[in-house]
Amino acid sequence: MDAKTAILARAREAISRSQQGRPVREVPRNYIRVGADAPGSEPVVADMVEKLEDYSATVVRAPKDAAILDAIDELLGDARSVVVPAGLPQEYKDAAARSGRTVHEDSRQEPIPTLELDRIEAVLTCSRVGISISGTICLDGEPDQGRRAISLVPDKHVVVLERETIMPTVPQAVDVLGQHPTRPTTWIAGGSATSDIELVRVNGVHGPRNLGVVIAH
Amino acid sequence: MTQTFLGMPAASPEEQPHTGGWRTNVEVPQDTLRWGHTFPEGAHKTLANTQMRRNLGHATRTIRNKRQLRVDEMPDWEDLREAAEAVKFEVASRLPELLEQFEANVTANGGIVHWARDAAEANRIVADIIKSKGVDDVVKVKSMATQETNLNEYLADEGITAHETDLAEMIVQLADDMPSHIVVPAIHRNRSEVRGIFLDRMGDAPEDLSDKPEELAGAARAHLRKKFLHAKVAVSGTNMGIAETGTVSIFESEGNGRMCLTLPDTLITLMGIEKLVPRYQDAEIFTQLLPRSATGERMNPYTSMWTGVTPGDGPQEFHLILMDNGRTKVLTDPIGRQALACIRCGSCMNICPVYQHTGGHAYGSVYPGPIGSILTPQLTQGLDDDDPVHTLPFASSLCGACAEVCPVKIDIPTILIHLRARSVDVKRRLVPDMWDVAMNVTAPVMSNGKAWLAATEGVKATRLIGKDGRIGALPFPASLWTRSRDLPIAPKESLRHWWKRTHPEGITPSRTATDAVDAAQPDVTEENR
Ligand code: SF4
Repeated sequence: MDAKTAILARAREAISRSQQGRPVREVPRNYIRVGADAPGSEPVVADMVEKLEDYSATVVRAPKDAAILDAIDELLGDARSVVVPAGLPQEYKDAAARSGRTVHEDSRQEPIPTLELDRIEAVLTCSRVGISISGTICLDGEPDQGRRAISLVPDKHVVVLERETIMPTVPQAVDVLGQHPTRPTTWIAGGSATSDIELVRVNGVHGPRNLGVVIAH
Repeated sequence: MTQTFLGMPAASPEEQPHTGGWRTNVEVPQDTLRWGHTFPEGAHKTLANTQMRRNLGHATRTIRNKRQLRVDEMPDWEDLREAAEAVKFEVASRLPELLEQFEANVTANGGIVHWARDAAEANRIVADIIKSKGVDDVVKVKSMATQETNLNEYLADEGITAHETDLAEMIVQLADDMPSHIVVPAIHRNRSEVRGIFLDRMGDAPEDLSDKPEELAGAARAHLRKKFLHAKVAVSGTNMGIAETGTVSIFESEGNGRMCLTLPDTLITLMGIEKLVPRYQDAEIFTQLLPRSATGERMNPYTSMWTGVTPGDGPQEFHLILMDNGRTKVLTDPIGRQALACIRCGSCMNICPVYQHTGGHAYGSVYPGPIGSILTPQLTQGLDDDDPVHTLPFASSLCGACAEVCPVKIDIPTILIHLRARSVDVKRRLVPDMWDVAMNVTAPVMSNGKAWLAATEGVKATRLIGKDGRIGALPFPASLWTRSRDLPIAPKESLRHWWKRTHPEGITPSRTATDAVDAAQPDVTEENR
């Protein structure tokens, strides 16, 4: 008997002994699925900012257009080189190129080799959805967000979060992500951190040490 | 049982100049579920280890308080627990069909699924895949499943080095040590020990390394960076697999997980068959419960979810190994099978007074604390008298606090009692030498009104058995008492509860008086009301 057949047979036999007629009930979802405030409403955005800052992310709220571009430039700061996903809006790419920065484009078709990526200082991406209750930002690998490697290897990650995509609850965000569940998805809540030595929080271990967020209105 | 002693090496002081600050006093066992000592032996040993006790005490207190803060923020916490419990009951009830659905979806998305009956088979599959890639060096994400199979030791015997990349696991690995906690495995080490371990064992540690946590983490970052960038193969466990979509996930903080899951060409993931949830939507429950329970954070810094392979993004070859290793044995027990719902958050060990005082190594298994006490003996079916793990269900003062904090509502006290009864059935003999350990660790609970309130909930669980007059009426330490006399069943209600129910608001019982009376209850002399 192969391992699969054996394990499934064991499981069936086990359940026949332990189930004892207990029915499988529908999962009670009495937890809060939809927040009191609408996605992207002022209280939700304010909450998002608070939670992000609690994780020591740098947040800039910017009205659409010009201010967003300035915010991108500001958050990229003194980084000399930036990687961007090929599908990033052109004006964002241009903003990244300000202050004399070199901009490298990356895509699934033309990926930058990992060792080269390691020499790039910052990355600029868009995002799919935000979650204000926990300050989480989710990326799902679409062309404006790029391969998972680009938002991982450079030390600074600047991410543009559209106001309307900020959900007050986790279930509302999962509803959005669940429309394309097989996309490679990364949830980010602050920069890389560890508390493994005497529970002292140390920011920045292997992932980007700095997270900058532009909330685009 | 054979054991390889990999502890304090025989190396000369010149080779290990910094060992003054650290020493390894635990053997790396062949079978990581059974280290070869009984809980009483292990407890006596770790009670003497002041360093371990002090560190664990501090760590468990800190995480416990943070967890409480984050749980209190959630008005729907109890509803989330209810939902999680129901999801996990459904998983246990429908396991075969969900596994087949999961396999089909992983395969449909380009993944390769393997099945492993036990640890040995799982390890063999991992080693074969690594060898087929022509490498002898892999990076690893911290994982309880690979701890359980002792994968690193197996691979070492096969000539393959597996580099742990989680900071804590790396500390444990470099020191030839064993983990002491499932979430913070190196928490028994302090900063100067970590510095010593790095200087002696890390190779490229800077000579002027200080013992500041930032500097130590920085040294680990530099050490691992090259490995991440050059690794061809990575090995991981998983926190959750989703049957409906074939999606697999890892929850982590450092980014080492993302490095392993994203950069190498080949990813091998070892998953216990119980780690499933049926629907993508169920992720909304566990992504809320797990981080708050495990580290007291609103959300852990990084959560990765992937399904099979994504062309052009991440590993282009993905192997998923579905491992039984005793889980279907746990599933045969109507009461004990609840232990399969565990999401390995560590909350139960952080609140457990026995764990806090006896230390993580006393449990003789990679699963310590309350969950270890119910999971290990079931995974190994080690309830026989000559099996070291048979003492684990007795490693509890039955205070019930673990059940209160468990995010999936596992009724640990009831399972402890149930397993104790099973163990006693196997061989009617009681455990000696436990009274002292037990009374010492129970005292802090008894002197704390709130904790004791939780404790009395646990004692009530004893009402579930005893009708048939079995000796397992009360678990250790009361079990020692029951050796020589019959034990009445616990009252339906504690004095504290009775007082609350019968006294209108505004009249509070004197704290000392009720504590004293409540504290007298483990002997359960009160009449059944
Ligand atoms: S038994 Fe519950 S509290 Fe303990 S580790 Fe598992 S999920 Fe967490």
